Amino acid sequence: MFWSSILLALRAIRRNLMRSFLTILGIVIGVGAVITMVTLGNGATRAVSDQIASLGSNLVMVRPGKRLGPGRDEAGSPNFKAGDAEVIAAQIGSLDAVAPVANKSVTVVYAAHNWSTAVTGSTDAYFAVGNWRLADGRVFTEAEQRAGKAVCVIGATVRKELFGDQPPVGGELRIKNFACEVIGLLQSKGQSAMGMDQDDTIVMPLRTLQRRLTGSQDVNTLMVSVQDGGNTDQVMADLRSLMRERRKIAANEDDNFSILDTRQIADAITGTTKVMTMLLGAVAAVSLLVGGIGIMNIMLVSVTERTREIGIRLAIGALEREVLLQFLVEAVALSSLGGIVGIALATLASVGLAGIMQVPYLFDPAINLVSFLFSAAIGVLFGYFPARRAARLDPIEALRHE
Amino acid sequence: MNATVERTAPESGPLIELREVTKVYGQGPAAFPALRGVDLRIDAGDFVAIMGPSGSGKSTAMNILGCLDSPTSGAYLFRDAHVEKLTRNQRALLRRHDLGFVFQGFNLLARTTALENVELPLIYRGEPRAARPAKAREALDAVGLRQWEQHTSAELSGGQQQRVAIARAIVTNPTILLADEPTGNLDSQRSHEIMDLLVALNRDRGITVLMVTHEPDMARYAKRVVRFVDGRVDSDRHNGEKR
Repeated sequence: MFWSSILLALRAIRRNLMRSFLTILGIVIGVGAVITMVTLGNGATRAVSDQIASLGSNLVMVRPGKRLGPGRDEAGSPNFKAGDAEVIAAQIGSLDAVAPVANKSVTVVYAAHNWSTAVTGSTDAYFAVGNWRLADGRVFTEAEQRAGKAVCVIGATVRKELFGDQPPVGGELRIKNFACEVIGLLQSKGQSAMGMDQDDTIVMPLRTLQRRLTGSQDVNTLMVSVQDGGNTDQVMADLRSLMRERRKIAANEDDNFSILDTRQIADAITGTTKVMTMLLGAVAAVSLLVGGIGIMNIMLVSVTERTREIGIRLAIGALEREVLLQFLVEAVALSSLGGIVGIALATLASVGLAGIMQVPYLFDPAINLVSFLFSAAIGVLFGYFPARRAARLDPIEALRHE
Repeated sequence: MNATVERTAPESGPLIELREVTKVYGQGPAAFPALRGVDLRIDAGDFVAIMGPSGSGKSTAMNILGCLDSPTSGAYLFRDAHVEKLTRNQRALLRRHDLGFVFQGFNLLARTTALENVELPLIYRGEPRAARPAKAREALDAVGLRQWEQHTSAELSGGQQQRVAIARAIVTNPTILLADEPTGNLDSQRSHEIMDLLVALNRDRGITVLMVTHEPDMARYAKRVVRFVDGRVDSDRHNGEKR
C-alpha cells in the first residue's frame, strides 16, 4: 500500500507539472530568501566583531568633554597633558600600558608623491595599547621620545600611496617644514568598524608632534590597556577619581572628561548589527510567508479538481488512508524538493554575495533547518488538509464538488 | 474483508436487496426526502434500467446501491450482508472488489493516459506491477480502444472517454457495473455503441448491470426497467411486457 501510494503520488506530480512547479517555486523563494538574508547578516556581524577585536581587547579611552559623539561638549574641558599618562601608569594597578595621544592632520610628501593623512603623536606604549604589530623596522626608542627626534612609523595605506612597492624603512618624509625618517611599517588592520581606514596613519613620538606640528603641550586622548584578567570596571572607577582629582573638579560638579572601554563600543556596534540582522530576518520571514501564501493559493485553487479526483479514487475502491497517504507523500515530496533547492540556491547566493560584500560566509544550520521545516510545514498543511477534508466526504459528495 | 460478501457465498437470495430504504437530504424544515421507502431486489446477471423524471430519486438510489452514499434508514443487503452497517473502509473494499462505476461525466483523471486510468483500480487492488499493463490493455481491447492507450482524456472524444471509463470499471472483473446516465453526454450513435458494449458485458461476462437513464431508447437495451416517481418505485417490469 505504501509503495503504490508513492507511485500514485509521483504520477500526480508528473501529471500536474505546472502546479508542482509553482508549489516548489513558492518554497524555494521563501527558503532561499530567509537563509540568504540571515546568513549575510551573520557574516556582517562577524566581520564587525572581528574588526572590533583588532582594536585591542581591554582598551579604555579617556577623552575630554562630557560625552562622545555629536553634541559633545568640549567647552571648559581642557585637554590632558603628557604627565597625566605617567601619573595613571604610576598610580593605577593592573594596567598593561598607558599611551597619551595627540593628533594632527597634515600633508606628507615623499619624492614626487604627496598624501593627506592624520599624524598621531604618542609613546611606544601606543603600539601595545592599539594592538599594532610591525611589518618591518622598529618602533621609537626612549631616547628618541625624550629628545623628540624626527622619526615615524607609517601605516600600510601611507606606504602604498607614497612608496608604492618600495621598502619604506629608511626613507625620509617631508612633513610641513621638517624631514622625518621612517623607522617602521605597521601591519595592515583594514577598515575599522566605523568604516575608517585604520592603515591611513603615521605615528611619531608625542614630543615631536607637539614641538613641530601642534606647538602645544596638549594630549587629546589617554589610551589605557588593562591587563588580561584585570578588572576593567575597577580600572575605570580608579581612572575617574584620579582624573577628577587631577583636574580639580569639585564634588558637586560633573566630569569634564569621559571614559569609555572598547567593550562598550563593541557592544553598541554589534548590537546595531544584530538589530540589522534581525530586521533582514524579519523581511525574509515575510517573503517566506508570501511564498507560503503562494503555495496555499495554488493548493486551494486546485482543491475543486483535487476533490473530484479524490471522489474518483474513492469510487473505484481507494481507502481513505490510501488517498491520504498519497496526498501526504505528494506534499512532502514537493515541499522537500523545494526546500532542498531553496537551500542550495541560498548557499550559492550567500557565498557569492558574501564575497562581494567582503564579509565571511557562515553556515547557520539552525536557520537552514527552521526555514526548511516551516516551508515544508506550509506545503504539507495546505497540500494535505484539504485532501483530508475531501477524503472524509461520501464519495458522491466529493465527485459532485463544484 | 467481511466474509459474508465473499463471492463464494451461497447464492440463496437475490444479489442485492433494498428494504424500506429512505434518504433525506438536509435537516429541519429544509429537509428533502429523496427516497421515501424503496424496496428493490436485483438478481445476479440481470440488466436493470432505472428510469424516472428528474428528482424522482433514481440517481440517489443508484448512489446508495454503489456505496457512494449512505441511506438515512432501511436496509441494503449485498449477498445477505448488511451494507448499511459496514464501516467506510469496508464499503470502500466492497467498491474495490465487486463494483464498477460509469458516470455521466466520465470522471477520468485529468492529464492521465487511458492506460493509467484503467490501471488505477488495479493499483488499489494491489495487483503486481508486472501484471497491470496486460490486464489494463485487455480491458481497453474489450472497449475497442487498444490503440488509444497513450492518449490523455483531453485527446479523446466523449464516446472514447466513456469507453475508457467502462474499461476502468470492468478491469477488475466486478460483480456489478453501475452506470449513471452513461449516455447522457453523448450523441445518439455513440450512445448506441456504449449500450451495445454494456449488453455484451452483461451477456458475455455475466456482469450484473444497473443503469440510470431518462432516455427510453437506452432503457430498451435492458432486461428489466424500474421506474421511480417521487422517491418510490412506481413500476418494475421486464422488457417486452406490456406497460
